[in-house]
Amino acid sequence: MSTNAKDLQNPLKRARGLGSAQSGVSHWWTQRVTAAGLVLLGIWFVVLVLGLLHADYAMARAAVAKPWNAVLLVAFLITAFWHAVLGLQVVIEDYVHTRWKEVFLLVAIKFLAVLGALAGALAVLRIALGA
Amino acid sequence: MADTRRPLSPHLQIYKWQVQMVTSILHRATGIALAVGTLIILWGLLSLAAGEDAFNQFKICTGSPLGMILMIGWTWALFYHLCNGIRHLIQDAGAGYAISQFVRSSWLSIIVSIVLTLLVWAYVLTAGGAA
Repeated sequence: MSTNAKDLQNPLKRARGLGSAQSGVSHWWTQRVTAAGLVLLGIWFVVLVLGLLHADYAMARAAVAKPWNAVLLVAFLITAFWHAVLGLQVVIEDYVHTRWKEVFLLVAIKFLAVLGALAGALAVLRIALGA
Repeated sequence: MADTRRPLSPHLQIYKWQVQMVTSILHRATGIALAVGTLIILWGLLSLAAGEDAFNQFKICTGSPLGMILMIGWTWALFYHLCNGIRHLIQDAGAGYAISQFVRSSWLSIIVSIVLTLLVWAYVLTAGGAA
């Protein structure tokens, strides 16, 4: 027996499977749910772009302004940045071993992803609302 | 303090290369590439919202030789991460873990992603002006 704290842990706490930081399952599950969303949204996005090959500026704007396209585009952007943060987080945690660099990068990718998602959503809204 | 004299597991150069290693490494690599590549989508949308001049500049950049190479790379990264991501989702559900299935699905991810990339770019180059 190495530590007493381990022995005193309620077995129910371990059985719930939340892991040491109590966020591992949530991270894993969110990554899979966003992945499932991106399978559908990604294929839809590729089809949308291929349909716009011949489009000039006005036609491209009109396509993005369509309500369904605008909604799905915003959904795609938010899901993509969310999924990207979850994935990059794991890569950083695996390979960056200097603690301050690791924390800096973990915070930086979150800031950048939120900014990216907001900027993208605003761009779609400006087009959709004709501003 | 961690005991640094503990035995270390061998690193990549020790192992014989197998396709399952390649798909795993590529999944990470394409994930990082796509996270950066999302910025291209963002750039396109922002320029579409900003005005015709900005959008034309975006089209010139993505349609240039270097831009086309990047876009082809981006397309393959997307399709590879999509195919292998679906493979991982199936494996997360507990299926496909026999070694023969694992190897076969690895090759399937690689081959299908290349075929989809070729199909999309054959369509782009024959049906429309680039980007």
